[in-house]
Amino acid sequence: MSGFRTRLVSLTRKEFRQLLRDRSNLAIGILLPMVLILIFGYGMSLDVKNAPVGVVLEDPSPTAHEAMAGLQLSPTIAPVLLGSMHDAEALMRERKIDGIVRVPSDFSRALAAGNAHVQLIVHGADAGRATIIQAYVSGALAQSAVRQADRGGGSTGADAPAAGRVTVEQRMWFNAANTSTWYLVPGLIVLIMTLVGAFLTALVMAREWERGTLEALFVTPVRPVEILLAKIIPYFAVGMLGLALCLLAARFLFAVPMYGSLLAVVLSSMLYLIVAVSLGLVISSVTRNQFLASQVALIVTFMPSMMLSGFLFDLRNVPTAVRVIGHVLPATYFMDLIKTLFLAGDVWPLIWRNCTVLVAYAVGLLLLARVVTRKSLD
Amino acid sequence: MIDFLLRVANLCKKELLAIFKDPASRVILFVPAIMQSLVFGYAATYDLSNVPYALLDQSRTGASSELIAHLDSTGVFHRVATLRTQADIREVIDTEKALLVIQIAPNFEQQLSAGQSAAIQLILDARNSNTAGSAAGYVSAVVERYNAELRARAGAPPAPLTIESRAWFNPNLETRWNLLPGLIAALSMLQTLLLTALSVAREREQGTFDQLLVTPMSPLEIMIGKALPPVLVGLAQSTLILLVALFWFGIPMAGSLVTLYTGLVFFTVASVGIGLSISAVSANMQQAMLYTFVLLMPMMLLSGLTTPVRNMPHVLQVITMANPLRFAIDLVQRVYLEGVGLATVWHNLIPLSIIAIVTLPLAAWLFRHRLV
Repeated sequence: MSGFRTRLVSLTRKEFRQLLRDRSNLAIGILLPMVLILIFGYGMSLDVKNAPVGVVLEDPSPTAHEAMAGLQLSPTIAPVLLGSMHDAEALMRERKIDGIVRVPSDFSRALAAGNAHVQLIVHGADAGRATIIQAYVSGALAQSAVRQADRGGGSTGADAPAAGRVTVEQRMWFNAANTSTWYLVPGLIVLIMTLVGAFLTALVMAREWERGTLEALFVTPVRPVEILLAKIIPYFAVGMLGLALCLLAARFLFAVPMYGSLLAVVLSSMLYLIVAVSLGLVISSVTRNQFLASQVALIVTFMPSMMLSGFLFDLRNVPTAVRVIGHVLPATYFMDLIKTLFLAGDVWPLIWRNCTVLVAYAVGLLLLARVVTRKSLD
Repeated sequence: MIDFLLRVANLCKKELLAIFKDPASRVILFVPAIMQSLVFGYAATYDLSNVPYALLDQSRTGASSELIAHLDSTGVFHRVATLRTQADIREVIDTEKALLVIQIAPNFEQQLSAGQSAAIQLILDARNSNTAGSAAGYVSAVVERYNAELRARAGAPPAPLTIESRAWFNPNLETRWNLLPGLIAALSMLQTLLLTALSVAREREQGTFDQLLVTPMSPLEIMIGKALPPVLVGLAQSTLILLVALFWFGIPMAGSLVTLYTGLVFFTVASVGIGLSISAVSANMQQAMLYTFVLLMPMMLLSGLTTPVRNMPHVLQVITMANPLRFAIDLVQRVYLEGVGLATVWHNLIPLSIIAIVTLPLAAWLFRHRLV
């Protein structure tokens, strides 16, 4: 046992030295997390703010002006008054504006008669953004029209029969500020753990395989387990450093709340890091070639953990086949876990469920890594 | 001149052989591009198709079940639980059993029949604020339809204002329509950058680059010979994704292929220039890959693929000026969806050309004057 420890310690020390010697490792371990934190916190936002929308008032009456006044109140859109439909369409083609609201010349007369029409055209190139603008503009216009009609009488006046109306009071739990930063920053932890764990490990190990230095190590008295452990430990440390950076940034730079316990966040991140590192080990010993390992790691880690983990797109709304792929990826379970821990708190049934899956992945992948590594010795 | 072309052609041939000699890399360069565009094409949707909800109906009246019937008939909402008390709400939301809870107060029907407004409570799981926002929008739309019905039944005139809504360039507002054209540029960039960065780094690691340097070839010829094969691979990958978008997802292309490919050629050459510069400063393959990755991630995130560039703070918008992907995505999306010609998108070609004009000679110079 003491032989195990001495060998492990000296091997690990060697690996650490190797890691620190190469600037590119530090770039991916420290520089990349920092750059990503800044991009995710400041640069990426799915919220629509001050979207320019052209308003063409073909009816210059005060009624029409007042109906449009409702548009000015929110931070979602920024209405711009335009002279003609021709100008508006030209601006829209240049993507200078995201939408056009056209108020026809008979608007105030029609509103008094209770059948006014307003035309809304949105630029559909960014569908998500367009939908939000569409919903917002229709809501604001309908509200101000109802208010005006109620006040001004007309055919909706007091003599008309009253009809009940259902209104919706909505409450957003877990994200009161309703800002995408709150779920982008926790999601970042998943990306960084995946990158450092799976990508970096896969690359470094593939290099050893390609050069044959791993086989050279196998003929020394050290056992494969010791070699694997010594390889894992430094990258595990780099991953934890990335985690620390993310947590500090979430707390002090972006003020993302953490309702769950810090301990749960750290422990589950460590668990996922083990999964990611083992995945890297498996990829490298199956490919044994740096080019292939990097491509495979890229394809099974980076893009899917962004696109398929439920990070940006909700997995409930995708076709079954895609949902199955999403649920094969360990990143999906960690994403669910980390978002819940940050924004909802220690929801134990969820924590147990996701952690059990991650433990199963860790055990399975480590065993697999051990098996594919042993084969090489035969 | 003929010698020049011959030497370049020979080096290109050798490089292409090096790329395609290994069956595994033949597969890895093309199959994932197709698979990813298929999977992401399906995955990328902000439209809701399956919203599990829980109902807390404290009114239990004809009116409340009528409203809920409207909701159920959309096919989007599926009731997963019927709650009895307010205390049950936390559990279904916390454990993600339901995305939202609809709470209807006991006096719901009385208020409605008295001609007053009656509020329903909507509690949403906003762990993903995007999904929550869309779900709230869907519920509001259903409620508005129900209100219109109530008005009609009471004999009240319909709402005084109707809004006719139309979307240009993407009539059904599908997220897929703007994502897939973006992927034509983004997915091919992932692999062309790596491929290029590795091509010189590998030779350097194996020592064959020195042999290349002592041949009669000039640095310019070496650079062109090294740059052309990845450009071809990148364009082939883009073509595959374009075919998936056109024929699998049936997204109509409004613009011309000539404009699209002109843009893609500029873009791929610029990416290859970056890849070659990376490989010229890297001592070995591992460094080349890691540096590529350190550049690639921010380039993907700051490209406008997943979040619009206009939402970014000014400083980051300035940084995106050095990102070829940002210009390629703008160009491809606009040509594909809006059908604009070169006259409208030519401004994207300038930064792409500048990136290529800076990086390619830099790489050629670095080949000679090895820094590492």
